[in-house]
Amino acid sequence: MLAAALAAAPALGQGLEEPLTAVPGDPVAGAAIVGEPTRGLCLLCHAGPFPDVPFQGTLAPPLDGVGARLSVPELRLRIVDSRQVNSASIMPPYHSLVGLTRVGERWQGDTILSAQEVEDVVAFLATLTDPPIPEETE
Amino acid sequence: MAGQVERAEGGAAPRLRPPRDICRKARWSGAVVAAVLAGAAGAQDGRVSTYEQMAPELRAMQDDDFSNPGLLWAQTGEELWAEPSGADEVACAECHGAAEEMAGVAAHYPDWDEESGQAVDLAARINLCRQRHQGAEPLERGSEALLALTTLVALQSRGQPIAPSEAPQMEAVRGQGEALYSTRMGQLNLACATCHDDLAGGRLLAAEIPQAHPTGYPQYRLEWQEMGDLDRRLRNCMVGVRAEPFAAGSQEFVALEAYLKARAVGMEMEAPAIRP
Repeated sequence: MLAAALAAAPALGQGLEEPLTAVPGDPVAGAAIVGEPTRGLCLLCHAGPFPDVPFQGTLAPPLDGVGARLSVPELRLRIVDSRQVNSASIMPPYHSLVGLTRVGERWQGDTILSAQEVEDVVAFLATLTDPPIPEETE
Repeated sequence: MAGQVERAEGGAAPRLRPPRDICRKARWSGAVVAAVLAGAAGAQDGRVSTYEQMAPELRAMQDDDFSNPGLLWAQTGEELWAEPSGADEVACAECHGAAEEMAGVAAHYPDWDEESGQAVDLAARINLCRQRHQGAEPLERGSEALLALTTLVALQSRGQPIAPSEAPQMEAVRGQGEALYSTRMGQLNLACATCHDDLAGGRLLAAEIPQAHPTGYPQYRLEWQEMGDLDRRLRNCMVGVRAEPFAAGSQEFVALEAYLKARAVGMEMEAPAIRP
């Protein structure tokens, strides 16, 4: 189980080099996950290049340009378990079951995203190399 | 805020009404007097009720007793208050008098119940009263009847400052509440404090994160289309972070409310509040 592997890993550096699955991530599938707030949950906190989503969160940095700021292994680690980078992070651990408390019955034993979904999201985020478009002044 | 004056003048909390001559001289001075009388906290220390963040139409809906649906529950509460109940066939009013006699009571709940040796919220107190003095069955948590009675009692504290119970046992209860408030929970691994202390005012998708001051419960939420208690609101948040919610009326929820009330000490009671 990846979660167990993560807990045991002594030093991850700042990234997870190894993909979680043999199937390469699909950026189109990843965009669908990120762009659907109730599925990926990303847009609850982050803004991103999704003009069709009228309201986006302001609690975390915008996703625009994240593919230029972070490498693929760095993106993968932050999505799998951002606590490995910053223990105070508010970002949910998308693919770890370690150290969770009082998980609701219907979510027990499940991670937020499957391994393949993580790979898809990573592949999509890696394409976001352009900085945010400045907001139009009203 | 102007709403305080309108509510103070609405008749529900006549003792908060500023003297007429002051009101006539300048409306804002009336507001200042009302705020001081109510012991209102807020602007000075950064604490604000979600009331302040709401659209003007929603604030107006809350301030006008004829458009605030919470008053319908209070009306039902009035009927229940006067109605003989239980094996003893005694009405609340027979012991307590008019509901107005309960002014200030809700402002210091949750409180310690010596007989059962535990902290109780206002709804639990009403149920204990039913069992002990009316020979009646407790009303179901979240039921229309219990919400109606709780709303009626809470309404009598409208405009008064939150004044947490001074029972010494409540100190430990508040400590439990604070610990729960700071505990990360659920699949999303978030604590109440993560959002409502550190990120209040930010936007979670479209929703502005409130400071989580329990000034207006029971409250009418447009998303519910009915009245609900604080337990229900806390369960919503717990399900939101994909945690297993505590049971309605559980000691965990009482502890959380006791902590939140202490955190909101001095803020103005506004039940029945309207919220989006």
